[in-house]
Amino acid sequence: MADGARRQRLRRSRGRDPLGLRRALADRLLPGLVAAMALLGAVALGGAEGAAELARRWQGGAGSAVLVQFPAETPPARRDAALAALRALPGVVDARAMDRERMAALLRPWLGEVPSLPLPVVIELRLASLPASPAGFAERVAAAVPGGGASVEAHGVWLARLAALARSLQGVAMAALLLVAGIAAAVVAVAVRAGIAARRQAIAILHELGATDSDIAGRFARRVALLAGAGALAGTTLAVPVLAALAGLAAPLVGGEAAVAEGLPWRGLPWTGLALLPAIGAGIGWLTAQIAVRRWLRLLP
Amino acid sequence: MVRFDRVGLRYPVPPGPEGTGPEALRDVSFALPEGSFHWLLGPSGAGKSSLLRLMHLALRPSRGEVELFGARLSQTRRAALPRLRRRIGVVHQDFRLLPHLPVADNLALPLRIAGRAEAQVRADVEEMLRWIGLVNRADALPAALSGGEQQRVAIARAVVIRPALLVADEPTGNLDAAQTWRVLRLLGEMHRMGTTVVVATHDEVLVRAHAAPALRLEGGRLVSHG
Repeated sequence: MADGARRQRLRRSRGRDPLGLRRALADRLLPGLVAAMALLGAVALGGAEGAAELARRWQGGAGSAVLVQFPAETPPARRDAALAALRALPGVVDARAMDRERMAALLRPWLGEVPSLPLPVVIELRLASLPASPAGFAERVAAAVPGGGASVEAHGVWLARLAALARSLQGVAMAALLLVAGIAAAVVAVAVRAGIAARRQAIAILHELGATDSDIAGRFARRVALLAGAGALAGTTLAVPVLAALAGLAAPLVGGEAAVAEGLPWRGLPWTGLALLPAIGAGIGWLTAQIAVRRWLRLLP
Repeated sequence: MVRFDRVGLRYPVPPGPEGTGPEALRDVSFALPEGSFHWLLGPSGAGKSSLLRLMHLALRPSRGEVELFGARLSQTRRAALPRLRRRIGVVHQDFRLLPHLPVADNLALPLRIAGRAEAQVRADVEEMLRWIGLVNRADALPAALSGGEQQRVAIARAVVIRPALLVADEPTGNLDAAQTWRVLRLLGEMHRMGTTVVVATHDEVLVRAHAAPALRLEGGRLVSHG
């Protein structure tokens, strides 16, 4: 009785796979390759996210590319003369004096609330483009101030450069992600073609019995989506500890030391993107299989 | 039911354009009434298999018109062909069973493709297994069956969906005498149930044993009909 039931189950199970795709599209090679692609994709995604965070942070710091500082007792007439001179300087788009409230807010993380502290007079310069030599530019700015006595901070130029570099890295990471997706699609297409070659006669028989292109392509696509989705899930899972370690290394650069100190380096991981990767892997597999099989079926009458 | 009107067929010769090979069929015209039984006769290479492949929609004619169940193929979209194919049963000399599926699943295949309910599929498969006398081999893989048993399964698979047209290409070519008569009896039973049957053979003994009109091909031309 139990033997009969087992045979019945086996018969039903095989009946759902008339093309024999469980053997033609084996459950090791394709998921393994897609897992490797997903691992690379997850790292690229994490890199893009990290680069975006760095760019945001550094961009904020580079809001004023150059700061010109005078002693606290500098009279307003001298400040205004300096503003006029700096606005006339080639390459300067705008020069404006920083108000006390903004300066106090900027200094608060280091000095706390000290209303009685004398604050220097600071002029922010916004530049048309980043100078090739920040040090040389700083010297020209100092020399342009009437009467001298100004100190110039051009570290914002470096921050702006770092922000631009981070944005470039983000673009490269996104391009790498697209490239990985393209390679995954190519890998799936090759596997599907091999599956078609292995099941050519079975496909011809189903076609002869009246199966539609949609039916045959759907059988391939469901199998490939399952394998690719499982592979992408495995690859993404493997990527999480790698990304957490990288996030821990990058935390001091993006201000996440507190999370690291709490032992939660994965708090800053791109969880939404990572959660979508298996679905994207399955989707790429499904779509690629549909296209490859339907193109092949068009050769049949 | 089936009408050929001045049908010509050329096979493609890769890598040239489609239909550039030698002509396998030339100006073939005939009509088969519904519920008829016809032999398709002729020497090897006469075009019997090509004609049957046109009849079960495995090929499209290079010229002329093929009409099946009132549908002209020249005016039928490719997407509409599967529905026509489900009304045609095909039996090949080499059986063409799916080797990885047990007998019962091979028989169930046309029913599942047609979207029949699983309870109906099981009932129809059981009936077919009884009809071909292979109830006790339902779970066997085709490789475990004899040639005659495989051909009986192939015939059962071709008729399980109750096709309006049954075409058989040398269905007894690989069988011994006893199995040949058994297959012929099954084909005759399908005809008596109202199915239009066309059987290609070069076995004159078989033809004499079952009197029926014949289409005779020679060199790709239909030389006699009746």
